[in-house]
Amino acid sequence: MHELSITRHNELIDPTLHIWSWQIPVYLFIGGLIAGMMIISGYFLLKGRAREAKCTCFQLPILSIIILSLGMLALFLDLEHKFYFWRLYTTFQVTSPMSWGAWILLLVYPALILNLLLRVPVFILNRIPQLGKISEKMNAHPSTIKGIATLNITLGLMLGAYTGILLSTLTGRPLWNSSVLGFLFLASGLSSAAAFVHMIAKTAHERDILTKADNGFLTLELVIVAFFFIGLLTSSASHKAAADLLLTGPFAAVFWVFVIGIGMVIPLFIQSLAIKNKIKHTVVAPIMVLVGGILLRFVFVYAGQYSHWLIHAGLFK
Amino acid sequence: MAKFGMVIDTTKCVGCMDCVVACKTENNVPEGFNRAWIVEDVMGKYPDLHMEIRSERCNHCEEAPCVDVCPTGASHYSDIGEVVLIDHDECIGCKACIAACPYDARFIHPDGYADKCDFCFHRTSKGNNPACVDVCPTHSIHFGDLDDPDSEVSKLLKSRKYHVRIPEAGTKPKIFYLT
Repeated sequence: MHELSITRHNELIDPTLHIWSWQIPVYLFIGGLIAGMMIISGYFLLKGRAREAKCTCFQLPILSIIILSLGMLALFLDLEHKFYFWRLYTTFQVTSPMSWGAWILLLVYPALILNLLLRVPVFILNRIPQLGKISEKMNAHPSTIKGIATLNITLGLMLGAYTGILLSTLTGRPLWNSSVLGFLFLASGLSSAAAFVHMIAKTAHERDILTKADNGFLTLELVIVAFFFIGLLTSSASHKAAADLLLTGPFAAVFWVFVIGIGMVIPLFIQSLAIKNKIKHTVVAPIMVLVGGILLRFVFVYAGQYSHWLIHAGLFK
Repeated sequence: MAKFGMVIDTTKCVGCMDCVVACKTENNVPEGFNRAWIVEDVMGKYPDLHMEIRSERCNHCEEAPCVDVCPTGASHYSDIGEVVLIDHDECIGCKACIAACPYDARFIHPDGYADKCDFCFHRTSKGNNPACVDVCPTHSIHFGDLDDPDSEVSKLLKSRKYHVRIPEAGTKPKIFYLT
C-alpha cells in the first residue's frame, strides 16, 4: 500500500486541478479555426481566386474578425485579474507561449484588416466609401495581394501552432507534455476551418477543393494523434498513466466516440464518398468535424488538468 | 549571491501543523487557502508500516516552470536568495503558472492574482527566518543559503540522506527532505 493524505484543500486546485473551465477550450478552438481560415483564405488569394467574384476568400476576413473577437472575449472572461490584462503588452517573455500568443494576436488583427481591404464588405463600404479607393489601389498590384496572402498564411500557422504549444509547455500536467500538440491543434484548426468554409462556400468547385483538403487534414490529425500516444506511452510512468486517461480512463468514452469517431473517422468516410460523387456534398460531415474540433479542445484541456506527476501510482497528489 | 533553500527533517516532524498556522497568520493567507500544508505518506502493510510526514510548500525551484510560462514576468526570481516571487501588479490571473507547477503549490488569491509561499520574503530578505521555521516545536525545519558551504542547511545536506519532491519533473526543487 502507498497512501498520501494531504491537509491542503485550495479552491480550484484540490482534489483535482480545475482552473480552466469552458472559456479556454472555446478560445483554443476559435484560435485554431481562425488560424485555419487565415491559411485557407491566403491560399485562395495565392491561387489567383481573388479574380472570381464568388470566392469565399472575401467573406473570411470579416467573419474571422468577428469570431476571433468572441474567442478573445472568452479568454478575457477566464482571467482572474482582468484589468491588468494590458500587462501582456508591456513585456515580451520569450519562454512563455502565452506571451507569444498575445503578440501574435496583436499582429493577426492588422493582417485580417489588410485582407478585408482587398474586397471591403458592402455594409462597411456604404459607411466609409473612401475604403473603395484604397481597395482599388491594393488590387492594382498583384504583389500586394501576394504579400497579404503570405502574411495571413504565416500568422495563421503561428496562431494555430501556439494554441497547442501553450499546453505542451505546462510542465505540471504530463498529458500535455508532448511537442506534437502544436501540430495536432494546427491540423485540427485547419480541418475545422475547411469544414466551416465548406459550409459557407458558394460554388461546387470550392466545396470540392475544401472537402478534399479536409480529408487530408483529418488524416493528418489521426496520424498526429497516433504520434501523440506513442510519445506518451514510451515516456515515464506518469506520462503513460496520463495517456490512459484518454485511452481507457474516465475521458475515453468522449474521446473515442466524439473526438475520434464523430469528429474524424465518420466525416472522413462521408467526405470520401462525396469526393467520389457517390453522395452529394452536405453540411452533415462539416458539422461533425466542427463538433469534434471543439470537443478535442475540451477533452484535452479537462483531461490534462486531471493529470499530474503522481498519477501513475494511483496516488492522489 | 545567496541561494535560499529549506531542509526539513522528516524524522523529527510530527505533523502538528504549527508551520501551516504560522504561515497563515504571518502572511494573512485568506480563509480556505494554504501556502503550506502537511502530507502523510504511508507505505507498507499493517503492521509493517512506514510513515513519512512532510511539511510541504512551494519548492522555489531553480528551474521553475511557473517562471518560464508567465506571460508578463509577474513570476520571477528575487535578486536576494533566488526566491520565486509573484508581482501582484503584473499578474493577470491567467493561471498558466498553476498548471505548470508539478507541486500544485499555487492558487488564485480572492483578489485575483496568483499566490503561494514566498519564503516569507519580507523576513528572509532582512536576514530572518521564515515564520514556519521559527515556530516549529521540534526544530525540524531549517532555512539558509545553499551556496554557503558553512550554512546549517549545506552541512545537513552533506551529512544526511535526503530526497526532493518529484525530481523527475526536472525543476530542481530547493526544499530537501531529510530521511
